[in-house]
Amino acid sequence: MARIDVNHIRHSYLPNPQKDSDFALKEVHHTFQDGGAYALLGPSGCGKTTLLNIISGLLHPSHGQLLFNGRDVTNLSTQERNIAQVFQFPVIYDTMTVYDNLAFPLRNRRVPETDVDRKVRETLDMIDLAGLAKKKARGLTADQKQKISLGRGLVRSDVNAILFDEPLTVIDPHMKWVLRSQLKQLHRRFGYTMVYVTHDQTEALTFADQVVVMFDGGIVQIGTPAELFERPRHTFVGYFIGSPGMNVLPVALEGKTAKLGAQRIELPGVPKADKGALELGIRPEYVRLGRDGMAVQVSKVEDVGRHKVVRANLEGKEIAAVIGEDDEVPAEPKVRFDPAGINIYADSWRVEMGA
Amino acid sequence: MDKTWNNKAWFLVLPVLVLVAFSAVIPLMTVVNYSVQDTFGNNVFFWAGTEWFEDLLHSSRFWEAMVRNLIFSFIILAIEVPLGIFIALNMPKKGWGVPVCLVLMALPLLVPWNVVGTIWQVFGRNDIGLLGYYVNALGIDYNYVQDPFDAWITVIIMDVWHWTSLVVLLCYAGLVSIPDAFYQAAKIDGASRWAVFRYIQLPKMQRVLLIAVLLRFMDSFMIYTEPFVVTGGGPGNSTTFLSIDLVKTALGQFDLGPAAAMSLVYFLIILLLSWVFYTVMTNYDAER
Repeated sequence: MARIDVNHIRHSYLPNPQKDSDFALKEVHHTFQDGGAYALLGPSGCGKTTLLNIISGLLHPSHGQLLFNGRDVTNLSTQERNIAQVFQFPVIYDTMTVYDNLAFPLRNRRVPETDVDRKVRETLDMIDLAGLAKKKARGLTADQKQKISLGRGLVRSDVNAILFDEPLTVIDPHMKWVLRSQLKQLHRRFGYTMVYVTHDQTEALTFADQVVVMFDGGIVQIGTPAELFERPRHTFVGYFIGSPGMNVLPVALEGKTAKLGAQRIELPGVPKADKGALELGIRPEYVRLGRDGMAVQVSKVEDVGRHKVVRANLEGKEIAAVIGEDDEVPAEPKVRFDPAGINIYADSWRVEMGA
Repeated sequence: MDKTWNNKAWFLVLPVLVLVAFSAVIPLMTVVNYSVQDTFGNNVFFWAGTEWFEDLLHSSRFWEAMVRNLIFSFIILAIEVPLGIFIALNMPKKGWGVPVCLVLMALPLLVPWNVVGTIWQVFGRNDIGLLGYYVNALGIDYNYVQDPFDAWITVIIMDVWHWTSLVVLLCYAGLVSIPDAFYQAAKIDGASRWAVFRYIQLPKMQRVLLIAVLLRFMDSFMIYTEPFVVTGGGPGNSTTFLSIDLVKTALGQFDLGPAAAMSLVYFLIILLLSWVFYTVMTNYDAER
């Protein structure tokens, strides 16, 4: 296991990157703590797989340094870095049995056969495939194959980190849930450093202690699931996490009040910003629908099961509010914003609020 | 619910049946007809029974041609398959090199067989052939017209030149279908170059290789034009393969009965081998 320092790493797929937009990965500087469970979350093309492949050594970064436990590994090969990686599509060696698939990475490293046998049997128990050891790997289901890919990483007990590149994409929904909780369990029992790439917020938020949100080649926020929900640092995080995403409304500021059209909204403090494009962000969960507050026109009510999502129009802007499954929309609906859920953004970045 | 039985649909198959009858069944029956009769000309035929077949199976000439043909097929497979795999592995996977390589590889396949024969017939000549002349100039005694060994070498090199491309193209198709993740996973698992070939590339090529071996075997087993043009089956009978022997019997000596019997046996052998290959391939599919 290792602590991984990503030291000012930039990467471009072009031979001669000039502009900022030539970089698939704009400067990333971050430490993955030993034994942490991290998720890299972001839309397709935001650079998360690039970052992962730089850590595993499948890509060599254009700039910057990568350290494992303080040791510079930037120029080491994948093999020398001793990393495990699970890919989007299960990679198995068709012609081998399940047992031989797991033994493969050890035999390649010339581990004595008695140790191979012990490690493989342990791993088979870990991933719950002991019953299939003698079967040819090609006849298995997608989730079993993906477990084998994972097992090939786990079988080497000394790996520095286990990296996952959207590993559950091809897995059936109910098996996704099972596999995810097994991963979580493995992490708790053995304390592997795990980095998990996904574009699915549920996956990221349930798997990771720390979620790294990426957007357009850079990291926009790193935090616990709760932090990302309560205090999105960037409006993108607000949109991307949560369902529906955060309401973002252009406002003007006046001391402790925000003005939205004719409405005046009380803020919890005085925002430390007065220039740039100012916006007020509030999650639908903090929008209270009732008989007092600002008048809205309700356009649609979506029943999503555990709660209802109300789509409404406030001063010409679309907003969403979440109400309980049994709550009704009043005849003359009005909304209030819970001050606890209000964030102010200047040029899309969150600003602190004073007393 | 009762199904309506209507056999009129069979008429739709009729055109195909007629075509196949004229192109295959009727000629084949003529051959069967010849194979059990004897003639002294003037369109007078006598019943000969299984005489020609018995003669054929006891004829050393037939067996020698058969053994020559099997050895030839074995040698070209032993060269073309490994060589084809090797070339396919080393062909570029992307960039401008891909179309260049593909076109170069496809070129020999586009040349008509008798032209291939003529090219090599001239190429190997001692007096005016580039190959023949310079090999001899290097002090190596090479003469495919007189030396059976040289004749064999010429015919084999010609076939390798002509057909290795087919194996290459099939293998290449198998190789490019392997996703990058497999190579990345292999790197992470610390696999050697050989292990990557043995456990990733070869299994993915297995299917196309089977087809390549099947095609190359069948083609080489009925090879006629190229050796006929280059060596005419000689020197002596040293490069007389089954089909050359057959044509010599049928058109050279006008022994219609023996030639017909030989065609049928030849046909049965090909049928048997096709069936064996087909069974092996479908079993392999079922196993997957």
